[in-house]
Amino acid sequence: MMMDHRFQPLAYSDESAENQAVQRWRADFPILETNVHGKPLVYLDNAATTQKPLAVIEAENLYYRHDNANVHRGVHALSQRATDAFEAARLKVQRLINAASPNEIIFVRGTTEAINLVAQSYGRSRFKAGDEIILSRMEHHSNIVPWQILCEQTGASLRIIPINDAGELELEAYEQLLGPRTKLVAVAHVSNALGTINPVRAMINLAHVHGVPVLLDGAQAIAHLPVDVQALDCDFYAFSGHKLYGPTGIGVLYGKTALLDAMPPYQGGGDMIRSVSFDGTTYNTLPHKFEAGTPNIAGVIGLGAAIDYLTGIGFDALIEHELALLTYATQSVIDIPGLRIIGNALEKTGILSFVLDGVHPHDIGTILDRQGVAIRTGHHCTMPLMEHFGVSATARASFALYNTRAEADKLAAAIYQVKEVFGR
Amino acid sequence: MNDLRELYQETIFDHYRQPRNFGRLEGANRRAEGYNPLCGDKVTLYLQVEDGVIKDASFEGSGCAISTASASLMTENIKGKREADALHLLDKFHGLVTGTATADDLGKLAVLAGVREFPQRVKCATLAWHTMQAALANVEEPVTTE
Ligand SMILES: Cc1ncc(COP(=O)(O)O)c(C=O)c1O
Repeated sequence: MMMDHRFQPLAYSDESAENQAVQRWRADFPILETNVHGKPLVYLDNAATTQKPLAVIEAENLYYRHDNANVHRGVHALSQRATDAFEAARLKVQRLINAASPNEIIFVRGTTEAINLVAQSYGRSRFKAGDEIILSRMEHHSNIVPWQILCEQTGASLRIIPINDAGELELEAYEQLLGPRTKLVAVAHVSNALGTINPVRAMINLAHVHGVPVLLDGAQAIAHLPVDVQALDCDFYAFSGHKLYGPTGIGVLYGKTALLDAMPPYQGGGDMIRSVSFDGTTYNTLPHKFEAGTPNIAGVIGLGAAIDYLTGIGFDALIEHELALLTYATQSVIDIPGLRIIGNALEKTGILSFVLDGVHPHDIGTILDRQGVAIRTGHHCTMPLMEHFGVSATARASFALYNTRAEADKLAAAIYQVKEVFGR
Repeated sequence: MNDLRELYQETIFDHYRQPRNFGRLEGANRRAEGYNPLCGDKVTLYLQVEDGVIKDASFEGSGCAISTASASLMTENIKGKREADALHLLDKFHGLVTGTATADDLGKLAVLAGVREFPQRVKCATLAWHTMQAALANVEEPVTTE
Protein backbone atom coordinates (compact mmCIF):
# COMPACT_ATOMS: atom_id res chain seq x y z
CA MET A 1 0.00 0.00 0.00
CA MET A 2 1.23 3.46 -0.85
CA MET A 3 1.91 5.88 1.96
CA ASP A 4 -0.15 8.66 0.43
CA HIS A 5 -3.06 8.23 2.81
CA ARG A 6 -2.15 10.87 5.33
CA PHE A 7 -4.85 11.58 7.77
CA GLN A 8 -7.31 14.31 6.83
CA PRO A 9 -9.89 15.28 9.43
CA LEU A 10 -13.35 15.09 7.90
CA ALA A 11 -14.62 18.25 9.45
CA TYR A 12 -13.41 21.21 11.35
CA SER A 13 -12.51 19.38 14.52
CA ASP A 14 -11.59 22.38 16.58
CA GLU A 15 -12.79 22.15 20.18
CA SER A 16 -14.79 25.35 19.70
CA ALA A 17 -16.84 23.73 16.98
CA GLU A 18 -17.68 20.89 19.28
CA ASN A 19 -21.06 20.87 20.82
CA GLN A 20 -20.92 23.06 23.91
CA ALA A 21 -22.94 20.56 25.88
CA VAL A 22 -20.38 17.83 25.33
CA GLN A 23 -17.64 20.07 26.66
CA ARG A 24 -19.74 20.65 29.75
CA TRP A 25 -20.31 16.93 30.20
CA ARG A 26 -16.60 16.30 29.83
CA ALA A 27 -15.90 18.65 32.69
CA ASP A 28 -17.98 16.37 34.94
CA PHE A 29 -15.47 13.52 34.52
CA PRO A 30 -12.20 14.20 36.37
CA ILE A 31 -10.36 11.29 34.77
CA LEU A 32 -10.66 12.83 31.31
CA GLU A 33 -7.89 15.23 32.33
CA THR A 34 -5.44 12.35 32.51
CA ASN A 35 -2.45 12.02 30.22
CA VAL A 36 -1.19 8.63 29.15
CA HIS A 37 2.23 8.22 27.55
CA GLY A 38 2.40 11.98 27.55
CA LYS A 39 -0.75 12.37 25.44
CA PRO A 40 -4.24 13.42 26.53
CA LEU A 41 -6.35 10.38 27.27
CA VAL A 42 -8.80 9.50 24.50
CA TYR A 43 -11.00 6.99 26.27
CA LEU A 44 -12.83 4.84 23.73
CA ASP A 45 -13.30 1.70 25.79
CA ASN A 46 -16.70 2.61 27.18
CA ALA A 47 -18.31 -0.71 26.34
CA ALA A 48 -15.90 -2.32 28.81
CA THR A 49 -16.62 0.25 31.47
CA THR A 50 -17.53 3.92 31.49
CA GLN A 51 -15.76 6.65 33.43
CA LYS A 52 -17.44 8.12 36.50
CA PRO A 53 -18.71 11.67 36.90
CA LEU A 54 -17.76 13.61 40.00
CA ALA A 55 -21.36 13.27 41.22
CA VAL A 56 -20.91 9.50 41.52
CA ILE A 57 -17.49 9.70 43.12
CA GLU A 58 -18.77 12.27 45.61
CA ALA A 59 -21.91 10.28 46.44
CA GLU A 60 -19.83 7.29 47.53
CA ASN A 61 -17.40 9.53 49.33
CA LEU A 62 -20.15 11.39 51.22
CA TYR A 63 -21.85 8.17 52.15
CA TYR A 64 -18.67 6.82 53.74
CA ARG A 65 -17.91 10.13 55.41
CA HIS A 66 -21.33 10.82 56.86
CA ASP A 67 -23.85 8.00 56.63
CA ASN A 68 -22.01 4.69 56.70
CA ALA A 69 -23.95 1.99 58.57
CA ASN A 70 -25.51 -1.34 57.75
CA VAL A 71 -28.92 -1.23 56.12
CA HIS A 72 -32.25 -2.70 57.24
CA ARG A 73 -30.77 -3.61 60.62
CA GLY A 74 -30.51 -0.77 63.04
CA VAL A 75 -32.61 1.65 65.00
CA HIS A 76 -29.86 4.24 65.13
CA ALA A 77 -29.76 7.35 62.99
CA LEU A 78 -26.98 6.35 60.64
CA SER A 79 -28.56 3.01 59.87
CA GLN A 80 -31.78 4.81 59.06
CA ARG A 81 -29.98 7.27 56.78
CA ALA A 82 -28.09 4.49 55.03
CA THR A 83 -31.28 2.49 54.57
CA ASP A 84 -33.14 5.51 53.22
CA ALA A 85 -30.39 6.28 50.72
CA PHE A 86 -30.21 2.65 49.70
CA GLU A 87 -33.95 2.32 49.12
CA ALA A 88 -34.10 5.71 47.40
CA ALA A 89 -31.63 4.35 44.86
CA ARG A 90 -33.92 1.39 44.25
CA LEU A 91 -36.69 3.83 43.36
CA LYS A 92 -34.33 5.59 40.94
CA VAL A 93 -33.65 2.30 39.20
CA GLN A 94 -37.37 1.57 39.10
CA ARG A 95 -38.03 4.91 37.41
CA LEU A 96 -35.07 4.53 35.02
CA ILE A 97 -36.44 1.31 33.55
CA ASN A 98 -40.10 1.98 34.36
CA ALA A 99 -40.63 -1.13 36.44
CA ALA A 100 -44.11 -1.57 37.90
CA SER A 101 -42.79 -1.86 41.45
CA PRO A 102 -39.53 -1.24 43.34
CA ASN A 103 -39.84 -4.82 44.58
CA GLU A 104 -38.96 -5.94 41.08
CA ILE A 105 -35.50 -4.37 41.38
CA ILE A 106 -32.96 -6.81 42.80
CA PHE A 107 -29.47 -5.49 43.53
CA VAL A 108 -26.73 -7.86 42.42
CA ARG A 109 -23.04 -7.55 41.56
CA GLY A 110 -23.61 -6.97 37.87
CA THR A 111 -25.08 -8.37 34.69
CA THR A 112 -23.18 -11.61 35.16
CA GLU A 113 -24.62 -12.27 38.59
CA ALA A 114 -28.11 -11.27 37.45
CA ILE A 115 -28.04 -13.86 34.67
CA ASN A 116 -26.62 -16.53 36.96
CA LEU A 117 -29.38 -15.77 39.44
CA VAL A 118 -32.06 -16.36 36.83
CA ALA A 119 -30.36 -19.50 35.54
CA GLN A 120 -30.03 -21.03 38.98
CA SER A 121 -33.17 -19.80 40.67
CA TYR A 122 -35.62 -19.75 37.78
CA GLY A 123 -34.09 -22.38 35.50
CA ARG A 124 -32.79 -25.01 37.81
CA SER A 125 -36.06 -25.69 39.57
CA ARG A 126 -38.05 -25.82 36.34
CA PHE A 127 -35.99 -27.07 33.40
CA LYS A 128 -35.51 -30.71 32.53
CA ALA A 129 -34.03 -32.92 29.85
CA GLY A 130 -35.45 -32.06 26.45
CA ASP A 131 -36.14 -28.43 27.33
CA GLU A 132 -34.53 -25.74 25.20
CA ILE A 133 -33.08 -22.32 25.93
CA ILE A 134 -32.71 -19.94 23.00
CA LEU A 135 -29.67 -17.65 22.87
CA SER A 136 -28.11 -15.79 19.97
CA ARG A 137 -24.79 -16.05 18.22
CA MET A 138 -23.79 -12.60 19.44
CA GLU A 139 -24.10 -13.21 23.17
CA HIS A 140 -21.46 -12.21 25.68
CA HIS A 141 -19.97 -15.21 27.46
CA SER A 142 -21.86 -14.16 30.57
CA ASN A 143 -25.10 -14.82 28.70
CA ILE A 144 -23.84 -18.20 27.47
CA VAL A 145 -21.93 -19.92 30.24
CA PRO A 146 -24.60 -19.69 32.99
CA TRP A 147 -26.98 -21.44 30.59
CA GLN A 148 -24.41 -24.08 29.72
CA ILE A 149 -23.98 -24.79 33.42
CA LEU A 150 -27.77 -25.01 33.77
CA CYS A 151 -27.93 -27.40 30.80
CA GLU A 152 -25.37 -29.66 32.47
CA GLN A 153 -27.44 -29.63 35.65
CA THR A 154 -30.83 -30.22 34.05
CA GLY A 155 -30.26 -31.90 30.69
CA ALA A 156 -31.76 -28.94 28.84
CA SER A 157 -30.03 -27.77 25.66
CA LEU A 158 -29.18 -24.52 23.89
CA ARG A 159 -30.52 -23.35 20.53
CA ILE A 160 -28.71 -20.49 18.84
CA ILE A 161 -30.25 -17.72 16.74
CA PRO A 162 -27.93 -17.16 13.75
CA ILE A 163 -26.86 -13.74 12.49
CA ASN A 164 -26.31 -12.24 9.06
CA ASP A 165 -23.10 -10.66 7.83
CA ALA A 166 -24.16 -7.20 8.95
CA GLY A 167 -24.36 -8.59 12.47
CA GLU A 168 -28.15 -8.67 12.77
CA LEU A 169 -30.21 -11.53 14.17
CA GLU A 170 -32.00 -13.75 11.65
CA LEU A 171 -35.56 -13.34 12.81
CA GLU A 172 -37.11 -16.05 10.62
CA ALA A 173 -34.65 -18.54 12.08
CA TYR A 174 -35.59 -17.32 15.54
CA GLU A 175 -39.26 -17.99 14.83
CA GLN A 176 -38.40 -21.48 13.68
CA LEU A 177 -36.48 -22.17 16.88
CA LEU A 178 -39.41 -21.22 19.11
CA GLY A 179 -41.58 -24.18 19.95
CA PRO A 180 -43.09 -26.33 22.67
CA ARG A 181 -39.66 -27.29 24.02
CA THR A 182 -38.57 -23.68 24.41
CA LYS A 183 -38.45 -22.68 28.06
CA LEU A 184 -36.61 -19.36 27.90
CA VAL A 185 -35.13 -16.86 25.47
CA ALA A 186 -32.04 -14.94 26.65
CA VAL A 187 -30.64 -12.32 24.28
CA ALA A 188 -28.62 -9.15 24.35
CA HIS A 189 -30.58 -5.93 23.98
CA VAL A 190 -27.42 -4.46 22.39
CA SER A 191 -24.35 -6.42 21.29
CA ASN A 192 -21.12 -5.45 23.03
CA ALA A 193 -18.92 -6.52 20.13
CA LEU A 194 -20.99 -5.12 17.24
CA GLY A 195 -23.24 -2.44 18.67
CA THR A 196 -26.28 -4.04 17.06
CA ILE A 197 -29.57 -3.04 18.69
CA ASN A 198 -31.69 -6.16 18.54
CA PRO A 199 -35.44 -5.95 17.75
CA VAL A 200 -36.25 -7.15 21.22
CA ARG A 201 -39.83 -5.87 21.33
CA ALA A 202 -40.81 -8.06 18.39
CA MET A 203 -38.78 -10.98 19.70
CA ILE A 204 -40.51 -10.81 23.06
CA ASN A 205 -43.91 -10.77 21.36
CA LEU A 206 -43.04 -13.88 19.40
CA ALA A 207 -41.78 -15.65 22.52
CA HIS A 208 -44.88 -14.74 24.47
CA VAL A 209 -47.09 -16.26 21.78
CA HIS A 210 -45.47 -19.53 22.85
CA GLY A 211 -45.74 -18.64 26.53
CA VAL A 212 -41.96 -18.35 26.76
CA PRO A 213 -40.36 -15.77 29.07
CA VAL A 214 -37.53 -13.57 27.83
CA LEU A 215 -34.43 -12.33 29.61
CA LEU A 216 -32.69 -9.31 28.12
CA ASP A 217 -29.00 -8.72 28.73
CA GLY A 218 -29.09 -4.95 28.95
CA ALA A 219 -25.41 -4.39 29.81
CA GLN A 220 -24.76 -2.41 26.62
CA ALA A 221 -28.18 -0.81 26.29
CA ILE A 222 -28.77 0.78 29.65
CA ALA A 223 -26.54 3.83 29.18
CA HIS A 224 -27.37 4.39 25.53
CA LEU A 225 -31.10 3.79 25.06
CA PRO A 226 -34.17 4.55 27.13
CA VAL A 227 -35.34 1.23 28.55
CA ASP A 228 -38.97 0.67 29.51
CA VAL A 229 -39.40 -2.86 30.81
CA GLN A 230 -43.19 -2.59 30.81
CA ALA A 231 -43.36 -1.40 27.23
CA LEU A 232 -40.89 -4.10 26.19
CA ASP A 233 -42.83 -6.59 28.31
CA CYS A 234 -39.57 -8.43 29.02
CA ASP A 235 -39.65 -10.89 31.89
CA PHE A 236 -36.13 -10.26 33.15
CA TYR A 237 -33.71 -7.43 32.46
CA ALA A 238 -30.07 -7.44 33.61
CA PHE A 239 -27.52 -4.63 33.67
CA SER A 240 -24.35 -3.42 35.38
CA GLY A 241 -23.89 -0.09 37.13
CA HIS A 242 -20.36 0.41 35.84
CA LYS A 243 -21.53 0.64 32.24
CA LEU A 244 -23.82 3.56 33.00
CA TYR A 245 -21.29 5.83 34.69
CA GLY A 246 -21.81 4.14 38.05
CA PRO A 247 -19.51 2.10 40.29
CA THR A 248 -18.26 -1.41 39.67
CA GLY A 249 -19.58 -4.28 41.73
CA ILE A 250 -23.21 -3.23 41.55
CA GLY A 251 -25.87 -4.21 39.06
CA VAL A 252 -29.53 -4.90 38.73
CA LEU A 253 -31.81 -7.77 37.96
CA TYR A 254 -35.33 -6.71 37.05
CA GLY A 255 -37.93 -9.45 37.10
CA LYS A 256 -41.70 -9.43 36.90
CA THR A 257 -43.20 -9.84 40.36
CA ALA A 258 -45.10 -13.02 39.53
CA LEU A 259 -41.93 -14.70 38.30
CA LEU A 260 -39.72 -13.53 41.15
CA ASP A 261 -42.32 -14.50 43.73
CA ALA A 262 -42.44 -18.03 42.43
CA MET A 263 -38.67 -18.44 42.34
CA PRO A 264 -36.66 -20.00 45.18
CA PRO A 265 -33.90 -17.89 46.78
CA TYR A 266 -30.53 -17.78 45.03
CA GLN A 267 -28.36 -17.48 48.13
CA GLY A 268 -29.16 -17.91 51.80
CA GLY A 269 -28.13 -15.62 54.59
CA GLY A 270 -29.04 -12.50 56.50
CA ASP A 271 -31.66 -10.06 55.19
CA MET A 272 -33.27 -12.62 52.90
CA ILE A 273 -35.20 -14.30 55.72
CA ARG A 274 -38.27 -13.45 57.74
CA SER A 275 -37.56 -15.88 60.55
CA VAL A 276 -35.08 -18.67 61.04
CA SER A 277 -35.36 -21.70 63.27
CA PHE A 278 -33.73 -25.07 62.96
CA ASP A 279 -37.10 -26.51 62.01
CA GLY A 280 -37.35 -24.25 59.02
CA THR A 281 -36.96 -20.78 57.71
CA THR A 282 -39.43 -18.46 56.12
CA TYR A 283 -38.09 -16.21 53.44
CA ASN A 284 -38.39 -12.49 53.25
CA THR A 285 -40.55 -10.79 50.66
CA LEU A 286 -39.30 -9.24 47.42
CA PRO A 287 -36.81 -7.80 46.77
CA HIS A 288 -35.02 -8.88 49.97
CA LYS A 289 -35.54 -12.57 49.26
CA PHE A 290 -32.83 -12.26 46.62
CA GLU A 291 -30.49 -9.94 48.52
CA ALA A 292 -28.76 -12.17 51.06
CA GLY A 293 -26.10 -10.60 53.23
CA THR A 294 -24.86 -7.03 53.55
CA PRO A 295 -25.20 -5.49 50.13
CA ASN A 296 -22.86 -3.12 48.28
CA ILE A 297 -24.43 -0.09 49.95
CA ALA A 298 -21.99 2.49 48.66
CA GLY A 299 -22.28 0.97 45.19
CA VAL A 300 -26.06 1.23 45.26
CA ILE A 301 -25.86 4.86 46.34
CA GLY A 302 -23.28 5.55 43.62
CA LEU A 303 -25.55 3.88 41.09
CA GLY A 304 -28.39 6.12 42.22
CA ALA A 305 -26.16 9.15 41.63
CA ALA A 306 -25.22 7.84 38.19
CA ILE A 307 -28.88 7.48 37.27
CA ASP A 308 -29.55 11.04 38.43
CA TYR A 309 -26.63 12.20 36.32
CA LEU A 310 -27.78 10.33 33.23
CA THR A 311 -31.40 11.35 33.47
CA GLY A 312 -30.27 14.93 34.11
CA ILE A 313 -28.68 14.88 30.67
CA GLY A 314 -31.57 13.00 29.14
CA PHE A 315 -31.60 10.25 26.57
CA ASP A 316 -32.66 12.52 23.71
CA ALA A 317 -29.54 14.68 23.95
CA LEU A 318 -27.30 11.73 24.59
CA ILE A 319 -28.58 9.60 21.72
CA GLU A 320 -28.35 12.47 19.29
CA HIS A 321 -24.74 13.05 20.26
CA GLU A 322 -23.66 9.40 20.32
CA LEU A 323 -25.30 8.59 17.00
CA ALA A 324 -23.78 11.61 15.29
CA LEU A 325 -20.41 10.65 16.72
CA LEU A 326 -20.74 7.05 15.55
CA THR A 327 -21.58 8.25 12.05
CA TYR A 328 -18.69 10.69 12.06
CA ALA A 329 -16.19 8.13 13.37
CA THR A 330 -17.41 5.50 10.93
CA GLN A 331 -16.95 7.88 8.01
CA SER A 332 -13.51 8.83 9.32
CA VAL A 333 -12.20 5.28 9.25
CA ILE A 334 -14.20 3.60 6.53
CA ASP A 335 -11.87 4.61 3.71
CA ILE A 336 -8.71 3.55 5.47
CA PRO A 337 -7.28 0.95 3.08
CA GLY A 338 -7.50 -2.57 4.46
CA LEU A 339 -9.90 -1.62 7.24
CA ARG A 340 -13.06 -3.68 7.60
CA ILE A 341 -15.82 -2.79 10.02
CA ILE A 342 -17.28 -5.80 11.85
CA GLY A 343 -20.92 -5.03 12.61
CA ASN A 344 -22.88 -2.95 10.14
CA ALA A 345 -26.37 -3.31 11.52
CA LEU A 346 -28.89 -0.65 10.56
CA GLU A 347 -29.70 -0.07 14.21
CA LYS A 348 -26.52 0.47 16.18
CA THR A 349 -25.22 2.13 19.32
CA GLY A 350 -21.80 3.81 19.40
CA ILE A 351 -19.63 0.76 18.93
CA LEU A 352 -17.08 0.56 16.12
CA SER A 353 -15.44 -2.84 15.81
CA PHE A 354 -12.89 -3.30 13.06
CA VAL A 355 -10.02 -5.34 11.71
CA LEU A 356 -7.11 -4.16 9.61
CA ASP A 357 -5.49 -6.28 6.90
CA GLY A 358 -2.17 -7.71 7.96
CA VAL A 359 -2.27 -6.21 11.44
CA HIS A 360 -3.44 -8.15 14.45
CA PRO A 361 -5.86 -6.19 16.69
CA HIS A 362 -3.50 -6.58 19.61
CA ASP A 363 -0.82 -4.66 17.74
CA ILE A 364 -3.37 -2.00 16.82
CA GLY A 365 -4.23 -1.66 20.50
CA THR A 366 -0.61 -1.18 21.54
CA ILE A 367 0.10 1.46 18.90
CA LEU A 368 -3.12 3.36 19.66
CA ASP A 369 -2.33 3.25 23.36
CA ARG A 370 0.96 5.03 22.69
CA GLN A 371 -1.13 7.84 21.17
CA GLY A 372 -3.26 7.98 24.30
CA VAL A 373 -6.15 6.27 22.51
CA ALA A 374 -7.65 3.54 24.70
CA ILE A 375 -9.60 0.89 22.81
CA ARG A 376 -10.33 -2.75 23.50
CA THR A 377 -8.80 -5.50 21.43
CA GLY A 378 -9.56 -9.18 21.61
CA HIS A 379 -12.61 -11.39 21.36
CA HIS A 380 -14.71 -9.19 23.68
CA CYS A 381 -15.98 -12.28 25.50
CA THR A 382 -17.88 -13.25 22.34
CA MET A 383 -15.85 -16.11 20.90
CA PRO A 384 -18.77 -17.74 19.00
CA LEU A 385 -19.40 -14.37 17.34
CA MET A 386 -15.74 -13.95 16.35
CA GLU A 387 -15.89 -17.39 14.78
CA HIS A 388 -18.88 -16.30 12.69
CA PHE A 389 -16.86 -13.45 11.23
CA GLY A 390 -13.79 -15.66 10.77
CA VAL A 391 -11.58 -13.55 13.03
CA SER A 392 -9.99 -14.35 16.37
CA ALA A 393 -10.23 -10.78 17.58
CA THR A 394 -11.24 -7.26 16.60
CA ALA A 395 -10.25 -3.78 17.64
CA ARG A 396 -13.21 -1.98 19.19
CA ALA A 397 -13.75 1.69 19.83
CA SER A 398 -16.86 2.38 21.90
CA PHE A 399 -18.24 5.83 22.57
CA ALA A 400 -19.88 7.50 25.52
CA LEU A 401 -21.55 10.84 26.06
CA TYR A 402 -18.23 12.62 26.77
CA ASN A 403 -16.48 11.60 23.55
CA THR A 404 -15.93 14.20 20.86
CA ARG A 405 -15.34 14.45 17.14
CA ALA A 406 -11.82 15.61 17.91
CA GLU A 407 -11.32 12.28 19.65
CA ALA A 408 -12.75 10.40 16.68
CA ASP A 409 -10.18 12.27 14.57
CA LYS A 410 -7.44 11.10 16.92
CA LEU A 411 -8.68 7.55 16.55
CA ALA A 412 -8.49 7.77 12.77
CA ALA A 413 -5.07 9.46 12.89
CA ALA A 414 -3.79 6.75 15.23
CA ILE A 415 -5.00 4.04 12.84
CA TYR A 416 -3.02 5.72 10.07
CA GLN A 417 -0.08 5.59 12.40
CA VAL A 418 -0.56 1.84 12.80
CA LYS A 419 -0.29 1.54 9.04
CA GLU A 420 2.83 3.67 9.09
CA VAL A 421 4.48 1.54 11.78
CA PHE A 422 3.55 -1.58 9.85
CA GLY A 423 4.81 0.03 6.64
CA ARG A 424 1.60 -0.67 4.80
CA MET B 1 7.03 6.68 18.68
CA ASN B 2 10.58 5.61 19.51
CA ASP B 3 9.61 2.76 21.75
CA LEU B 4 7.15 1.64 19.07
CA ARG B 5 10.04 1.53 16.57
CA GLU B 6 12.04 -0.40 19.16
CA LEU B 7 9.20 -2.86 19.52
CA TYR B 8 8.28 -3.26 15.89
CA GLN B 9 11.64 -3.88 14.26
CA GLU B 10 11.99 -4.97 10.64
CA THR B 11 13.04 -8.47 11.70
CA ILE B 12 9.78 -8.80 13.61
CA PHE B 13 7.71 -7.84 10.59
CA ASP B 14 9.77 -10.22 8.48
CA HIS B 15 9.04 -13.15 10.79
CA TYR B 16 5.40 -12.06 11.24
CA ARG B 17 4.75 -11.97 7.52
CA GLN B 18 6.88 -14.96 6.60
CA PRO B 19 7.03 -17.11 9.69
CA ARG B 20 9.75 -19.76 9.54
CA ASN B 21 8.99 -23.36 10.40
CA PHE B 22 5.30 -22.73 10.03
CA GLY B 23 2.94 -25.68 9.76
CA ARG B 24 2.51 -29.14 11.14
CA LEU B 25 5.70 -31.14 11.58
CA GLU B 26 5.74 -34.65 10.18
CA GLY B 27 7.63 -36.89 12.54
CA ALA B 28 7.02 -34.74 15.59
CA ASN B 29 6.98 -36.65 18.85
CA ARG B 30 6.09 -33.77 21.14
CA ARG B 31 3.28 -31.33 20.79
CA ALA B 32 1.68 -28.72 22.98
CA GLU B 33 -0.86 -25.99 22.58
CA GLY B 34 -0.58 -22.52 23.95
CA TYR B 35 -3.36 -20.02 24.32
CA ASN B 36 -3.38 -16.39 25.32
CA PRO B 37 -6.91 -15.70 26.55
CA LEU B 38 -6.25 -11.97 26.55
CA CYS B 39 -6.08 -11.67 22.79
CA GLY B 40 -7.26 -15.08 21.64
CA ASP B 41 -3.85 -15.99 20.22
CA LYS B 42 -3.31 -19.68 19.71
CA VAL B 43 -0.13 -21.58 18.98
CA THR B 44 0.50 -25.25 18.46
CA LEU B 45 4.11 -26.26 18.78
CA TYR B 46 5.60 -29.42 17.28
CA LEU B 47 8.96 -30.84 18.30
CA GLN B 48 10.94 -33.80 17.17
CA VAL B 49 13.17 -34.77 20.06
CA GLU B 50 15.78 -37.52 19.81
CA ASP B 51 18.29 -38.44 22.50
CA GLY B 52 17.56 -35.23 24.36
CA VAL B 53 18.16 -33.09 21.28
CA ILE B 54 15.53 -31.02 19.48
CA LYS B 55 16.03 -32.22 15.93
CA ASP B 56 13.22 -30.23 14.42
CA ALA B 57 10.56 -27.73 15.46
CA SER B 58 7.55 -26.04 13.90
CA PHE B 59 4.48 -24.11 14.93
CA GLU B 60 0.98 -23.30 13.74
CA GLY B 61 -1.54 -20.77 14.88
CA SER B 62 -2.69 -17.22 14.60
CA GLY B 63 -1.39 -14.36 16.60
CA CYS B 64 -0.16 -10.81 16.72
CA ALA B 65 3.13 -9.65 15.25
CA ILE B 66 4.96 -10.12 18.52
CA SER B 67 3.75 -13.61 19.31
CA THR B 68 4.13 -14.86 15.73
CA ALA B 69 7.63 -13.43 15.31
CA SER B 70 8.66 -14.77 18.68
CA ALA B 71 7.42 -18.26 17.81
CA SER B 72 9.17 -18.14 14.45
CA LEU B 73 12.47 -16.95 15.92
CA MET B 74 12.22 -19.49 18.70
CA THR B 75 11.80 -22.46 16.37
CA GLU B 76 14.85 -21.29 14.40
CA ASN B 77 16.82 -21.00 17.59
CA ILE B 78 16.02 -24.22 19.37
CA LYS B 79 16.62 -26.53 16.45
CA GLY B 80 19.68 -28.63 17.20
CA LYS B 81 19.74 -27.60 20.85
CA ARG B 82 19.72 -30.01 23.74
CA GLU B 83 16.48 -29.90 25.74
CA ALA B 84 18.27 -28.44 28.76
CA ASP B 85 19.85 -25.72 26.62
CA ALA B 86 16.49 -24.83 25.09
CA LEU B 87 15.03 -24.43 28.57
CA HIS B 88 18.00 -22.34 29.61
CA LEU B 89 17.40 -20.16 26.56
CA LEU B 90 13.79 -19.71 27.68
CA ASP B 91 15.00 -18.33 31.00
CA LYS B 92 17.31 -15.88 29.30
CA PHE B 93 14.63 -14.87 26.83
CA HIS B 94 12.18 -14.29 29.64
CA GLY B 95 14.75 -12.08 31.33
CA LEU B 96 15.24 -10.17 28.09
CA VAL B 97 11.56 -9.33 27.53
CA THR B 98 10.82 -8.54 31.17
CA GLY B 99 13.88 -6.31 31.41
CA THR B 100 15.72 -8.30 34.07
CA ALA B 101 18.50 -9.53 31.79
CA THR B 102 20.49 -8.27 28.82
CA ALA B 103 20.52 -9.50 25.27
CA ASP B 104 23.98 -11.05 25.70
CA ASP B 105 24.50 -13.91 23.26
CA LEU B 106 20.81 -14.15 22.43
CA GLY B 107 21.61 -13.44 18.79
CA LYS B 108 18.65 -12.55 16.64
CA LEU B 109 16.28 -12.96 19.59
CA ALA B 110 17.57 -9.60 20.80
CA VAL B 111 15.12 -7.92 18.40
CA LEU B 112 12.41 -8.70 20.94
CA ALA B 113 14.11 -6.61 23.64
CA GLY B 114 11.69 -3.75 22.90
CA VAL B 115 8.91 -5.75 24.55
CA ARG B 116 10.29 -4.74 27.95
CA GLU B 117 8.72 -1.29 27.49
CA PHE B 118 5.32 -2.92 26.92
CA PRO B 119 4.52 -5.07 29.95
CA GLN B 120 1.09 -5.96 28.52
CA ARG B 121 2.86 -7.63 25.60
CA VAL B 122 5.23 -9.90 27.55
CA LYS B 123 2.65 -12.68 27.37
CA CYS B 124 2.58 -12.39 23.58
CA ALA B 125 6.37 -12.70 23.38
CA THR B 126 6.57 -15.65 25.73
CA LEU B 127 3.54 -17.67 24.59
CA ALA B 128 5.48 -19.93 22.21
CA TRP B 129 8.26 -20.36 24.73
CA HIS B 130 5.99 -21.57 27.49
CA THR B 131 4.37 -23.85 24.96
CA MET B 132 7.80 -25.30 24.20
CA GLN B 133 8.32 -25.90 27.89
CA ALA B 134 5.02 -27.75 28.04
CA ALA B 135 5.92 -29.78 24.95
CA LEU B 136 9.25 -30.79 26.44
CA ALA B 137 7.61 -31.76 29.72
CA ASN B 138 5.30 -34.18 27.86
CA VAL B 139 5.83 -37.84 27.98
CA GLU B 140 7.00 -38.83 24.55
CA GLU B 141 4.07 -39.85 22.49
CA PRO B 142 3.38 -39.68 18.80
CA VAL B 143 1.35 -36.73 17.64
CA THR B 144 -2.05 -37.93 16.60
CA THR B 145 -2.78 -37.30 12.95
CA GLU B 146 -6.50 -36.80 12.98
C1 LIG C 1 -23.44 -7.61 26.55
C2 LIG C 1 -22.78 -7.84 27.87
N1 LIG C 1 -23.30 -8.75 28.70
C3 LIG C 1 -22.75 -8.98 29.91
C4 LIG C 1 -21.64 -8.32 30.34
C5 LIG C 1 -21.07 -8.64 31.68
O1 LIG C 1 -21.18 -7.57 32.54
P1 LIG C 1 -20.47 -7.61 33.96
O2 LIG C 1 -19.05 -8.04 33.70
O3 LIG C 1 -20.55 -6.20 34.43
O4 LIG C 1 -21.20 -8.57 34.81
C6 LIG C 1 -21.06 -7.36 29.51
C7 LIG C 1 -19.88 -6.60 29.91
O5 LIG C 1 -18.75 -6.94 29.75
C8 LIG C 1 -21.64 -7.12 28.24
O6 LIG C 1 -21.12 -6.23 27.40
